Amino acid sequence: MVGILEDKDRIFTNLYGFHDWGLEAAKKRGCWNATRDMLKMGGPWIIDQIKNSGLRGRGGAGFGTGLKWSFMPKEVKDRPHYLVVNADESEPGTCKDREIMRHDPHLLIEGCLIASFAMKAHVCYIYIRGEYVREREVLEEAIKQAYAAKLIGKNNIHGWDFDCYVHHGAGAYICGEETALLESLEGKKGQPRLKPPFPAGSGVYGCPTTVNNVESIAVVGTILRRGAQWFAGFGRPNNTGTKLFCVSGHVNLPCNVEETMSIPFRQLIEDHCGGVRGGWGNLKAVIPGGSSVRMIPAEACEDLPMDFDSLSALKSGLGTAAVIVMDKSTDLIKAIARLSYFYKHESCGQCTPCREGTGWMWRVMERMASGEAEMSEIDTLLDVTTQVEGHTICALGDAAAWPIQGLFRHFRHEVEDRITAYRTGKPHVQGHTLEAAE
Amino acid sequence: MPIAKVNGKEIEFEPGMTVLQVAELAGEEIPRFCYHERLSIAGNCRMCLVEVKPGPPKPQASCALPAAEGQEITTNSPMVEKARKGVMEFLLINHPLDCPICDQGGECDLQDQAMGYGRDATRYQENKRAVEDKYMGPVIKTVMNRCIQCTRCVRFITEVAGVPEIGLISRGEDVEITTYLESACASELSGNVNDLCPVGALTHKPWAFNYRPWELKRTQSIDVMDALGSATRIDARGSEVMRVLPRTNEAINEEWLDDKQRYACDGLLRQRLDHPYIREGGKLKPATWEEALAAVVAKVRETKPERTGVIAGDQADAETMKAALDLFRGKLGIASLDCRQDGAQVGGGAREEYLFNATIAGIDEADAILLIGTNPRLEAPILNQRIRRAWSSRGVPVAMIGAEADLTYPCENLGAGADAIATFSKSKKGFAEKFKAAKNPMVIVGSGAMARTDGAAILAAAGKVAALVGASWNVLHSAASRVGGLDLGFIPSAGGKTAPELAAKGGADLIFLLGADEIDLSKSKAFVVYVGTHGDAGAHRADIILPGAAWTEKNGLYANTEGRVQRADRAVYPKGEAREDWAILRALSERLGVTLPYNTHDQLRVALFADHPTFAGQGFAPGKADFKPAFTAKGALTTTPLKSPISDFYMTNPIARASVTMSELSALKSGAKLMAAE
Repeated sequence: MVGILEDKDRIFTNLYGFHDWGLEAAKKRGCWNATRDMLKMGGPWIIDQIKNSGLRGRGGAGFGTGLKWSFMPKEVKDRPHYLVVNADESEPGTCKDREIMRHDPHLLIEGCLIASFAMKAHVCYIYIRGEYVREREVLEEAIKQAYAAKLIGKNNIHGWDFDCYVHHGAGAYICGEETALLESLEGKKGQPRLKPPFPAGSGVYGCPTTVNNVESIAVVGTILRRGAQWFAGFGRPNNTGTKLFCVSGHVNLPCNVEETMSIPFRQLIEDHCGGVRGGWGNLKAVIPGGSSVRMIPAEACEDLPMDFDSLSALKSGLGTAAVIVMDKSTDLIKAIARLSYFYKHESCGQCTPCREGTGWMWRVMERMASGEAEMSEIDTLLDVTTQVEGHTICALGDAAAWPIQGLFRHFRHEVEDRITAYRTGKPHVQGHTLEAAE
Repeated sequence: MPIAKVNGKEIEFEPGMTVLQVAELAGEEIPRFCYHERLSIAGNCRMCLVEVKPGPPKPQASCALPAAEGQEITTNSPMVEKARKGVMEFLLINHPLDCPICDQGGECDLQDQAMGYGRDATRYQENKRAVEDKYMGPVIKTVMNRCIQCTRCVRFITEVAGVPEIGLISRGEDVEITTYLESACASELSGNVNDLCPVGALTHKPWAFNYRPWELKRTQSIDVMDALGSATRIDARGSEVMRVLPRTNEAINEEWLDDKQRYACDGLLRQRLDHPYIREGGKLKPATWEEALAAVVAKVRETKPERTGVIAGDQADAETMKAALDLFRGKLGIASLDCRQDGAQVGGGAREEYLFNATIAGIDEADAILLIGTNPRLEAPILNQRIRRAWSSRGVPVAMIGAEADLTYPCENLGAGADAIATFSKSKKGFAEKFKAAKNPMVIVGSGAMARTDGAAILAAAGKVAALVGASWNVLHSAASRVGGLDLGFIPSAGGKTAPELAAKGGADLIFLLGADEIDLSKSKAFVVYVGTHGDAGAHRADIILPGAAWTEKNGLYANTEGRVQRADRAVYPKGEAREDWAILRALSERLGVTLPYNTHDQLRVALFADHPTFAGQGFAPGKADFKPAFTAKGALTTTPLKSPISDFYMTNPIARASVTMSELSALKSGAKLMAAE
């Protein structure tokens, strides 16, 4: 058998778009089945089920989804509740949400209804990334279908008035940060807000809001249909369920695949992706969770379970499960320098360490990629990353610091070699000028 | 009250305070750039990082974190130290090393805090960022390389001034502060952003490269451009007033000043009368004091007292008016003295009738405000921002009776004509309903309502509305001297004429103008003696000019619109041969043979306090919020629109009219000068 997850246990049965995404076809695949019965069980039951399933947020931070929902006020008071779905999928390497939105949109819409009901929200906003034009078109069409079939909307067949709106972003990475997303949704400049207050207390328009990733919401319907225990049966304790992995880079067959949590890295690559280009021995390093986490070297990948806890034990993270595989032909320094450029480009510029630090780090990384740096600058650079990390309003500062820290943690010698090689035989670099003048 | 620990020391604090405030309460100094107690919290400079337990194991921005019971706040741990040094390094890597030519030098937050948290040498090997300078109008000079993107200016203009014209564009390290398409900032309060800027990015354009802060002699004073008496500090070098800055006075201006109060001071050096003049053959010829005073004496002697009038200007201090009263009414028996050159029909009755009784700070407690015949944005921008705050923070409804105007907040217009007052008092819907239900409603009456022929009737009608609803009675004057003059009784006594009557054709044969330049004497054939500072309207009409002292050049008392008596101290000496105004009157009295009984300013003050004890109690507002006005005047309310007396905010007095900066601002406002973007 290929992989661990059996076909009967897949949630996203149209992940590759081999079937019709429309409502009728989605219903045949199980979507919108027994939704009304789930709602009848009540909000607390739904939240309990999600808690018991062990679902952790699929957007990168891995915070318990059920727990997050339980932070919402129990009763609606003067302010309405909102559900906001974060479809601003911009993490380099990540391409899972778009597949859900264009091939299985009804799973997402169903999940939105259930989650909104559980949190007593009547309105859900789906904030979709600016570049996802086709995905938006499909999603909007699917929502129209759901309205037409009275699955959602006022006086729908589920007995919970529910409106779902798609908001098209303008293509800024920072708007994937939940509070920046809320600002952008409100029509303001996408800059993260200070926390506290957290969105559950004061989110969009100052009302209690929960922001969830597309995948976290899209799996909810199936979890409730098949039972929390079914979902919790996959993976290791505290890292349960099935997960979409986006494998890219130097593998023979880059792909999106739904697999159980904690699948060993090697199995994931060899079963689904046709192995590392040039064979397992050609593996150099892996960025296991989207560009923001620290890379891990090949040696650590042998029996590595792909889940939140095992990766954070390696000072990396599962993130969005966007696995970027790099073989021995990769210029790691250049790769990280490119990532640094990305963070410099996407920093919102609001707070000092990120605004100034990302540019600084990128420039030094660029010089290190060509070797045009002093040896002492390595420690300076690492010091700068610690000055950024943990000192910013949102996590973009951390995200900019970690790839660099990962590089130096495992491949510092490569940078040192690069600097040495650059100097060798070059009379104009420091140390040689004296001779020339004498 | 909850208790938190700051560096191990327990401290009680009020619920709702931030960690930064609690740490300050405990005596710890927290460095900051973006945080300002009068603006919203941005939390973006990250300089105020502290360690807080319980909490995540990383430093937290203390300005934005609510303090909580049992919190342990550490402000001096190695982690905090490292965090602050890191932030300071980031701020400095792209900050130019141009302190020697920067106007902020010596009073720069970044400079000061770099002493505490900066590194000795840079680790940054790359090129510094270059940012293009922006045009923001005649008072804001920009050197954008220095900007640290704290967004204080953006928040001030948006929240306090209510003119959201400055913003942060682009993102990441390319962010820039700018106005929309580099148009000039159109707020009357725009100069405050220069004060707020913690670095030298925004500095005072009119004063650029003029001084170093440590060269200046500082004098506490108050402002006389409007009737609020905002607290100011006058910084002078030698005989020149270099700049005027705000002092904190929570009851009046908090820490703001409007652009006229701040930048009109360059008018103190222009168009000055530094010599007595006598008109001979239609031309003013310089004269000595002896000649000028002799000519005045001759004229006074040949004119009957009932054909003589005295008009005090808008910036006259109480001492000048007291000396004038003693001389002209007491010694010479002249009845026609008036301090209301705009013809405002107020005064003579109870003191509360012409005071801002609820006090300026009382606006913070008001829950419904009715403006009658006033445009506070032009007459007192500082007061206007308080009304704006009442609206923005508490949703206080504001309505006005008078000509439509943009006050920077929503203001329901109940009608332009005076008859709208009567309509309003009968109305039961909309604003009237809220106004009548309010606990602390305010009626604010401006000079646009009082300075017209039916002014007394309007006052009576407005007073009736206030008494009926139980609203506080507030008169917003537009002249600094007005309340002082009314307190002194500087109004016509029995048989006397008011200022407009004196100025009318055949109204008087001899008129003394004490710095009165806003009155039209073109119809009058009277002989005019002008005692004042500037070659303005009064001096042009004058037959004899006696050069006096501006408010920065004498010790003077002023009562503001609340009746709060305040002192303006002398910062520099009068120009040339000019003398303090009271001394001129004293000299004149001696030559007239009716010597006034004081030889020094102190003696004059003693006499003033003895005759008018209100002037002895300084610094407090005596207003009675529960005062119920009972004006007896009768008359029809006309439909003529109530108009603010100020049409050009920047040109309301001789000093402002002599100021180059004010001319630029005025030209910009009127559209005479094209903006950069056009």
